[in-house]
Amino acid sequence: MKAAVLLFPGINRENDVARALEQATGKKPPIVWHAEHELPKGTDLVVVPGGFSYGDYLRCGAIAGRANIMDAVRAHASRGGLVLGICNGFQILCESGLLPGVLMRNANLKFVCKEQHLKVERTDTPFASKYARGQVIKVCIAHGEGNYIADGETLKRLEGDGRVAFRYCDETGKVGGAANPNGSLNDIAGIYSEKLNVLGMMPHPENLIDALVGGTDGRGLFDSLASFAA
Amino acid sequence: MKARVTVTLKTGVLDPQGKAIEGALRSLGVEGVDSVRQGKVFDIELGSTDRTAAEAALAKACEKLLANTVVENYRVEIL
Repeated sequence: MKAAVLLFPGINRENDVARALEQATGKKPPIVWHAEHELPKGTDLVVVPGGFSYGDYLRCGAIAGRANIMDAVRAHASRGGLVLGICNGFQILCESGLLPGVLMRNANLKFVCKEQHLKVERTDTPFASKYARGQVIKVCIAHGEGNYIADGETLKRLEGDGRVAFRYCDETGKVGGAANPNGSLNDIAGIYSEKLNVLGMMPHPENLIDALVGGTDGRGLFDSLASFAA
Repeated sequence: MKARVTVTLKTGVLDPQGKAIEGALRSLGVEGVDSVRQGKVFDIELGSTDRTAAEAALAKACEKLLANTVVENYRVEIL
């Protein structure tokens, strides 16, 4: 698995995600600056990390979504290459057209920073094979704009095609209600592209990879990726 | 040439910020406010004097960057 981590001004989770990738693959991924026009040769997986690219100016992810490197990422994705966007990275993937919908201000207008449980909706993808279907995992969230919105038709297509990757739930696995931290439609925490090779998610699996700091439920995602293209 | 671009949320898209402002106005005792929707205004200066070209450039700007047409509408006015 050859991964590359993108870096835009204002991104601050690139080292966290690089550490998670290194733990899973044994290789430190290169960090790729946004002004580049090409990805490193042989890249299997592009990771767009979290943070506050361009200070969240205009709309979260709007400016980063139109950076030079995103043309290369779109080409990579259309060839079937893997792309993972976390938090601001998810917002960037939506703004760049790689994923449908948009992430709006949290319904309660608060920045939420806490541990959060998710239900794994499917496991037959490069991102989730190390989880069990319906498994409840504990990761963490840290965002002010994670309220996933899409028009009715898009939402119907996402649900119909089984493209919801994770939903917000409580520790017993009960989806939605008070467990939905931001008002996302259908309690969506992450979605796949049509070919299941692009995943965008608001929660941070890269921050729960070490028992010393809260848990290791995030490792499954990186281990899945590592075993997909060993 | 000067232009103003206004970007607003589409009808039906939830606007928590607008709702909070609406509530704040009410608590400040401003009467008669039924609802508030928050948007953005861009004041743009263009070198061109050709109105049609300017309108085309601004529409492109809106489609490519200023508005996310999934949830937002835009309006261009040449001033």
